[in-house]
Amino acid sequence: MHIVVCIKQVPDSAQIRVHPVTNTIMRQGVPAIVNPYDLFSLEEALRLKDVHGGRVTVITMGPPQAEAALRKCIAFGADEAILVTDRAFAGADTLATSYALASAITQIGKDQAVDMVFAGKQTIDGDTAQVGPGIAKRMDLQLLTYVSQVDALDLMTRTVRVQRRAEGGVQVLTTKLPCLVTMLEGSNEMRFASMDNMFRAARYQLKVWDRVAAGIDDVGKIGLKGSPTVVSKVFAPQARTQRAEIIDTESGEPRDIALTLLSKLFTQHPKLGEAISKRAT
Amino acid sequence: MSEEKRVPVKKAGKGKYELSEQLKAYKGVWVFVEHERGEVHPVSWELLGEGRKLADTLGVPLSGVVLGAPGLATRRFCEEAFFHGADNCYLMEDAVLNNYRNQPFTKGLTDLVNAYQPEILLLGATTQGRDLAGSVATTLKTGLTADCTELNIDMENRSLAASRPTFGGSLLCTILTLNYRPQMATVRPRVMALPDRDNRRLGSIVEHPLGLIEADIVTKVLEYIPDNRQDKPQLAFADIIVSGGRGMKNPDNFQLIWDLALMLGAEVGASRPVVQAGWVEADRQVGQSGKTVRPKLYIAAGISGAVQHRVGMEGADVIIAINNDPNAPIFDFATYGIVGNAMTILPALTQAFKQRLAMAKMAG
Ligand SMILES: Cc1cc2nc3c(=O)[nH]c(=O)nc-3n(C[C@H](O)[C@H](O)[C@H](O)COP(=O)(O)OP(=O)(O)OC[C@H]3O[C@@H](n4cnc5c(N)ncnc54)[C@H](O)[C@@H]3O)c2cc1C
Ligand SMILES: Nc1ncnc2c1ncn2[C@@H]1O[C@H](COP(=O)(O)O)[C@@H](O)[C@H]1O
Repeated sequence: MHIVVCIKQVPDSAQIRVHPVTNTIMRQGVPAIVNPYDLFSLEEALRLKDVHGGRVTVITMGPPQAEAALRKCIAFGADEAILVTDRAFAGADTLATSYALASAITQIGKDQAVDMVFAGKQTIDGDTAQVGPGIAKRMDLQLLTYVSQVDALDLMTRTVRVQRRAEGGVQVLTTKLPCLVTMLEGSNEMRFASMDNMFRAARYQLKVWDRVAAGIDDVGKIGLKGSPTVVSKVFAPQARTQRAEIIDTESGEPRDIALTLLSKLFTQHPKLGEAISKRAT
Repeated sequence: MSEEKRVPVKKAGKGKYELSEQLKAYKGVWVFVEHERGEVHPVSWELLGEGRKLADTLGVPLSGVVLGAPGLATRRFCEEAFFHGADNCYLMEDAVLNNYRNQPFTKGLTDLVNAYQPEILLLGATTQGRDLAGSVATTLKTGLTADCTELNIDMENRSLAASRPTFGGSLLCTILTLNYRPQMATVRPRVMALPDRDNRRLGSIVEHPLGLIEADIVTKVLEYIPDNRQDKPQLAFADIIVSGGRGMKNPDNFQLIWDLALMLGAEVGASRPVVQAGWVEADRQVGQSGKTVRPKLYIAAGISGAVQHRVGMEGADVIIAINNDPNAPIFDFATYGIVGNAMTILPALTQAFKQRLAMAKMAG
């Protein structure tokens, strides 16, 4: 059983503060973390390995410092880690990213065939949820997104059964390996890193692949050149135009304020007033 | 790689962008009509409303795209699409399209695009829409912009200008797909307004075969377990929402939010810190990393109005803000503001609404 997990290093958004005046993100000193959604996928992969044996390889495409995120995954129990890094990848959108990752995973498969690929549901910085489906399509893997539970895996028949979150319900699906799974948040809880794995992570020699090692010969398909989308501008959102009408009463009594507000609400927004009144019955 | 790294690197460039003759043949705006268990997801109608504007600007038809099992229900979805603004519908009926599955839907939608060549293809940013959009865009090798909050036409280049939050939501960026077609985008439910329904509108249906049999499809649906709708918050479609923020200080005070909501038959919402503190379940979070809502009335108590919260609720018709800080950003965009202590204002409001409703009951 060979599982590849795609992870991405992202800025920790919980520690990002918004500048109160300029409304821009203050990202100085914001630590980088493994994309939180990816950890649900990594944990699920590790659980499958616990039961079925085999190995888990983590992969990321990113700048050299993304190495830290891979090491973290080794500490959690991943067996191998590959950093795919090359200047030629700069400026990649999701189409170019899925191409590069699919090529790299295909290379990994030459060493030992890949049975399952896991990706995060989405990233917290790009937030597109497109890279997973993109990799699956390019590698012709069955796609299982928003999985809340892997019910069963049978390596003899090479089938897997999962529960997938759909709109308004849960689909129970079976499919054949190889497949690509993205896990829903909260579907499991990441284990603690064991002492042994932490030591291993510290010493671990990760593989660093450039474009060529990742099996990519057409630079037209990666980075900026391979990206159909272009960012044409960045701007601040427009606020609603008016400032609030402040409800003031001479007495300043909550009761008076509430009554004043209600009379405004019901006279100036008759439709809303009607909708509220209907609730009386 | 991340959005931010892409920002300054590649500019659309000055002046007009010439499409190749082959890509110029792509015409029209399409909306994928998503349905599950015999019900169309309202985001599809919201997108038809938005698609209508884009199609009119471009002077092209607006089409619905319906994939489903053969039968009256599926055809009724086409009719519904006309009522919501579509000029025509592309219909693909096949028994294997009975439940959503990635493989047959990807093939179906991809084949339709290749056969009839739309310039714009819009889908809801739902579990189904996101699953499908990523696969279709990769198959077609075209650009896809996720979770857009604004769609416009850049007339100079005759292209879709799709805007979405970036930098953690504090800024928006506009993304173009210049020399690839179709231009694809997904939009979250409730971001766009539901268009008025016009039951007299008619349209034509173009049918196209899928050309797959069940044996070709690797993934099988064994079962579908519907959610118990009663015990799940239905924030996205609530008419009235009463929301509380960190300013409510503790879970006991937060009960005042529930009291008012109960009185009004409203849903309870919350800002992120309230969810993180565990006072309410995650389903109730409003904002960029929570739900987008579009109620008729949104009452926000003890919420500062940070941009990540605002993007989720500023589509409300009327916003009432209660905050003891006269400089809180929420007063910059609320309809009515009450500067005061939420702990005393909320009970007074609950009482006042109670009287109003009692009066309405007597009268009506
Ligand atoms: C990537 C990212 C995503 C995010 N996503 C979301 C999201 O989806 N939703 C969301 O809500 N936030 C989100 N946030 C967090 C957001 O930036 C704000 O931190 C959050 O909205 C603030 O919540 P708040 O208004 O409840 O708290 P605060 O900002 O602390 O505001 C509390 C307010 O209560 C007022 N107050 C205090 N006491 C009283 C009183 N007695 N009576 C009346 N008013 C009182 C204060 O004046 C203050 O204005 C996100 C942040 C990031 C970085
Ligand atoms: N540069 C990357 N390297 C490795 N995996 C990635 C990368 N970008 C995205 N992914 C994977 O794809 C998922 C979805 O990312 P996104 O489409 O950006 O929301 C992530 O959770 C990762 O598992």
